[in-house]
Amino acid sequence: MTRSARTALLFGLAPLAFATPAAAHIMKGEAIGFVSGFEHPISGLDHVLAMVAVGLWGAQLGRPAIWLLPVTFPMVMAVGGFLGLIGAGLPGGEIAIALSGVALGAAVLLQARPPLPVAAAVVGLFGLFHGYAHGAELPPGQNALLYSLGFVLATGLLHGCGVAIGLVHRWPWGRIALRGAGLAVLSGGVYFLRSALT
Amino acid sequence: MKPPRLTRVAAALTIWAAMARAAEAHLVATGMGPIYDGVSHFALSPEEILPVVAFALFAGLRGPDHARRTAVALAAGWFVGGLGGALGLSLPAAVPQVASAVFLFAAGGALAANAKVPPWACAVVAAVYGALAGASDFGNGSGGLVALLNLVGVCAAVAAGFVLVASLTLPLRRDWLVMAARVAGSWLLALGVLLAGWIVRQV
Repeated sequence: MTRSARTALLFGLAPLAFATPAAAHIMKGEAIGFVSGFEHPISGLDHVLAMVAVGLWGAQLGRPAIWLLPVTFPMVMAVGGFLGLIGAGLPGGEIAIALSGVALGAAVLLQARPPLPVAAAVVGLFGLFHGYAHGAELPPGQNALLYSLGFVLATGLLHGCGVAIGLVHRWPWGRIALRGAGLAVLSGGVYFLRSALT
Repeated sequence: MKPPRLTRVAAALTIWAAMARAAEAHLVATGMGPIYDGVSHFALSPEEILPVVAFALFAGLRGPDHARRTAVALAAGWFVGGLGGALGLSLPAAVPQVASAVFLFAAGGALAANAKVPPWACAVVAAVYGALAGASDFGNGSGGLVALLNLVGVCAAVAAGFVLVASLTLPLRRDWLVMAARVAGSWLLALGVLLAGWIVRQV
């Protein structure tokens, strides 16, 4: 170690000698808020299937849907979350969430190519119900902003996973695999729909 | 005869420092001095970091002119608001959360839409947010040199954080990178909406 590096290290560490414990502002619940918010969308397979399917469908449709659908979903989902948080009634939530798996899975399986506004509206409609469920089921006493941050981040990453998987669409075998993934989402949606109806 | 401007500023700061009371509003005591306490306060306040990130991503994406003006306006607004707070200006308790929700919504929405906002408008909106956040940070009315140094620390952290984040989006010209930044904008907008829901729920 050179002399100047030693001097720099000495001066860098010197302030530590004057350090006192930083305990003035213990932020209770911060980690709990972020982690529980992050866990919420990935804790239910019905949510996971639908959110990944949004990314798959976007990738299958190509530009601009590849980014427009994953942008639409969290924005409308937040509106649903808002309604859930304030306690507004939105009946049929569980059925709509299960239907989102059915509809989005079918769209990927059948390679549906509706006009972009229609695709965005479909995704947005289901996003509303997913957001409502998250808002309404939220445990009390969480840190609002960090919970929301974790929740939005997890949702976005699930879309990202869907888009990343959906990029196989550029290859012929990938198109078939993607339709297979659509079938898997559709099957999951049917299972959850059956559970919601019984 | 009027004293020189520098003397007037020095006199004003001396008077303000003479009003010294301990500044312990809700700043973290790092043990490394008041400037670092201010830096740490910003670094540990996600409700302040996220709107700054939203403004920085948006201004950076719009170009260097937006980024320069907004960086200066945000930090200056924070400083002025902090001075106001330290001199006794008090805001209702809900203001920090409401400001975070509104400005996350506005800046996140502008980023998601890649809105063509003029640089001055971007700077003005950022300055308003900065003033509100600064006034909330120092709203206990505790003046003095310690509070001034706290404020300097907060403003330095705000400016540094803004410039670092803006520098991430400033060089983005590839389509997919711009899209990634816009997706981040939609997340920030969603955060604003959800935060608004929390505020209404608490009421």
